[in-house]
Amino acid sequence: MNDILDIFGMILLLIGGIFLFLGGLGIFRMPDTYNRLQAGTKATTLGGMSVILSVGILEPGWFIKTLVLVIFIALSNPISSHALAHANYKRGNKPFLKGGPEYDQYRKTFEQEGKETEENTNEKVKEEETA
Amino acid sequence: MEKLSAGGKFARFLFAWVLLFLIWLMFTSTLALQEVLTGAGVAFLIALPTNRFFTEVQLYHFKPLRLIFAIEYIFVFLWALIVANLDVARRVISPKLPINPGIVSFQTKLTSDFAKMVLANSITLTPGTLSVDIIDDTYYIHWIDVKSLDPEQSKKEIAEQFEKILLKIF
Repeated sequence: MNDILDIFGMILLLIGGIFLFLGGLGIFRMPDTYNRLQAGTKATTLGGMSVILSVGILEPGWFIKTLVLVIFIALSNPISSHALAHANYKRGNKPFLKGGPEYDQYRKTFEQEGKETEENTNEKVKEEETA
Repeated sequence: MEKLSAGGKFARFLFAWVLLFLIWLMFTSTLALQEVLTGAGVAFLIALPTNRFFTEVQLYHFKPLRLIFAIEYIFVFLWALIVANLDVARRVISPKLPINPGIVSFQTKLTSDFAKMVLANSITLTPGTLSVDIIDDTYYIHWIDVKSLDPEQSKKEIAEQFEKILLKIF
């Protein structure tokens, strides 16, 4: 029984390692920040999860702790990558588009929103000056 | 957010306290008296300033049926996560780098902020997609291999399977 669990844990460890490696390779090969984030986020989520779970299986006393860690990874990883992508766009880092500019449907709203916030801040500045 | 009565505030605090305490118990995984007491104290101290970030409705809306759908959601999500990883692996390994990236938009039917957050996180972890922004009910998604620029079609490809279950839960 124990042997089977050990083998299962080791297989999980191997799978996790492979996915983490592929994630690294993806960060190296992809053309722009957004695609790198895509490769990075997904690979580190499943890779990290299975490595941590395999530690829990090889060392049964830690299993509950590793489960909590896996849940935290599943919750926090996508949020951080979303924040990075969003900040990148606000910073003006344009995505790499193979098919042409119509493949970026966010640009229009983004520019409109930027104008609105600019107007708002201008109005605020004016109000402060008059007051 | 509507104003809570004193009792509502206390219930909110209690929720945060119990949740933090449960996490502490899982991490220490022991029931020794000093560990449990320390955990209760630490959870109390953390819950004091942070309890308003944990929940807005306590367990008021809790129904067993929702829990079943939540479990179904976890399984759908895990499957999508594995498919996502295989998909990324395939793209990374193949020498031609078969990508056609772009940012697409679509509307969601979900209303609560929490449900939108769950959907955005799920989208980020599923094949080839990464949520860039949510404005009101419009999602902006970076898609590594754009199959369609039509909002209806892209929604079907990206979010339909999750939204169906989330609409039942929330």
